[in-house]
Amino acid sequence: MPLDAIANIATAGLLTGLVYGLSALGLSAIFGVTRIVNFAHGELMVIGMYGALLLFQHFGLAPLWAIPIVGAALFAIGYALQAGLVNRLLHAPEHMQFLLMAALAIMLVALCLMAFGPNAQNVTLESAYDSVEIGVLILDAHRVYAGIAAIAVAGLLFVFFRYHPLGKAIRACADNLTGAAVVGLNVKRLFALTFGIGSACIGAAGCIILMLVDVHPYLANTYTLLAFVVVIIGGMGSLSGALLGGLLVGVSEALAGLLLQPSLKSMFSFGLLILVLILRPEGLLGRRS
Amino acid sequence: MPTTKNRRPSRRAVIAGAAGLAFAQPFAIARAQGAPLKVGVVLPRSGPQGKIGQSCQQGYDLALPILKELGYPEIQYMPVDTETNVQRARAVTEKVIQDGAQIVTGAFDSGATTALAQVCEQKGVPLVINIAAAPPITEQGYKFVFRNFPNGVRIAQDALNLQRELYEYKKDAPKSAVLLHVNDTFGESLKAGLLGLMQRIEMPYKFADVIAYDPNARDLSVEIAKAKATGAELLWTVSRLNDAMLLTRELIKQRWSPKAVVSSGPGFYEDQYLKTLGKNGDHIISLVPWYDPSKPLTRYLLERGAKAYPGINIDTNHVYSFEAALICADAFKRAGSADPGKLRDALAATNIKNNVSIGPGIAFDAKGHNGGLGNAGIQNRGGKLKVVVPRAYADSEPVYPMPAWDKRA
Repeated sequence: MPLDAIANIATAGLLTGLVYGLSALGLSAIFGVTRIVNFAHGELMVIGMYGALLLFQHFGLAPLWAIPIVGAALFAIGYALQAGLVNRLLHAPEHMQFLLMAALAIMLVALCLMAFGPNAQNVTLESAYDSVEIGVLILDAHRVYAGIAAIAVAGLLFVFFRYHPLGKAIRACADNLTGAAVVGLNVKRLFALTFGIGSACIGAAGCIILMLVDVHPYLANTYTLLAFVVVIIGGMGSLSGALLGGLLVGVSEALAGLLLQPSLKSMFSFGLLILVLILRPEGLLGRRS
Repeated sequence: MPTTKNRRPSRRAVIAGAAGLAFAQPFAIARAQGAPLKVGVVLPRSGPQGKIGQSCQQGYDLALPILKELGYPEIQYMPVDTETNVQRARAVTEKVIQDGAQIVTGAFDSGATTALAQVCEQKGVPLVINIAAAPPITEQGYKFVFRNFPNGVRIAQDALNLQRELYEYKKDAPKSAVLLHVNDTFGESLKAGLLGLMQRIEMPYKFADVIAYDPNARDLSVEIAKAKATGAELLWTVSRLNDAMLLTRELIKQRWSPKAVVSSGPGFYEDQYLKTLGKNGDHIISLVPWYDPSKPLTRYLLERGAKAYPGINIDTNHVYSFEAALICADAFKRAGSADPGKLRDALAATNIKNNVSIGPGIAFDAKGHNGGLGNAGIQNRGGKLKVVVPRAYADSEPVYPMPAWDKRA
């Protein structure tokens, strides 16, 4: 196998991994703070994809430029979901929360089917067939833009959680819920804010992924599963873990496809998942509970 | 308390009942013959193969007025959706039979059709397959399953022969090839057929690699990169629709222009592909079951299709779905009844000469398969589909080698 082919595929895997990581960041952020396992993760991302699609179809807005609008819309949806629905079940048994999120996922798929129909739709950008040449590397331009956008969004999220007072308050809730309540933090509002921020992140991922993949309502399951694989490998609740997990899955899938058979790609990401669950159940960058 | 003797019907009542039955019988027969045949149409109407299923439905819909004009009795569709899922296909077939379907047709995909065949055989309801190529479907000894579509072996055999004809005609042949195929029932059976035939039929090239992929894959960059790394001059694909579009985009992005891209499956000739890819979808050759343009019914179907669906190319999906409806109506007419047993016997004795597909007509062997069907090489040209091989009834000159992606106007 020529070295340039290996380099090309590994780089493409890295870029894909960044997008996987971004798509999982929202799931990890929400779980890390609220301990809610968001089974409607993929469905929210598909909503984000449709949002970007509508903005493109009606206003000619490219998906990357649609990120702020779609992000804001998903923030509002996420905030409302947590404040109006999920907060009511915060102290309910876990299986009740799982069922709530699963029900929400089914409803969102049905809503997408009613609104947009079952067919795959895409944005046809002029740059759809462009590639970037760097030495021996020939990279899909959209994948490069997607990778850069993923890094930018992840960076913003890190900065927010590290330096912004609200981010610090959210981290306080994640670290010690009782302590946060004792010092006067409005935990339910912060939870709603976290769900909103996580959803905005998922919306941004949807915009970016729309440049690479056609959207249809049944796409959601695939991305929910993928996000779970990524965050379990990286560590549930760890933002840097989500990015690392995404990169590992992206690169391992690409190299497995190259060196063995492309149809074995998924086997490798799930193999990695099983290995992490056996050797380090808390995930690569997760904290032991 | 009534005794057993008391509950026996009186002689007078029995005679009156028998007379009533005798009187009602002719009307019952008249009702059976007058009522339309209920046809369960099982297709992937949503999911990754949704667009293809919708094309198939257009073929079924085109059939209704044409069959009426040809003097066939009325048939009534009971449409159901497999959602491109084999388990769902099984469930909806059971449901449509339970709801009164007297005959079933479908289901485009070999995996789903395998499930349909099992259900129909078990329930004793005839199945007329519109499109499904996996050879085992008609090798199970089923009595109620009939396929009017070339099987994988025939598709593979014709694909090799048509290519040989093309390369001899153009006096230029690729030296090496890569086979890139979906790993579903259809893709695997076609691959097995191709590799087996390559041992016996001498071709100008050898396969440098055989790459399988998931038909629902989100990304095919690795697959194309791997194929490109072999330096092959021919890319041979066995694909579906969404992956055909992904493959083409990756070929362009990775700047790989082989001498030819040929396909032995759906995808590249579909309307959505042609509209989405535009000039980038040009010059790809599909070696697929097709219509015979010289047959009168073909010309009529194309004319009606152009009126009903302006701007849409009539393709394999339309043609074989149209013929499936034709077979159902023809069997119903000859059976004179919607009784599944009589319909089955009528289907087994099918002998339709006025048809559309390539071959001598529609007739089934003892296994329920129509072995006389042929394939053609169709090239995408400016959004239209042109027959380029066999040269005997080609309507266009083949463009080969195909122009590089960056050299297209």
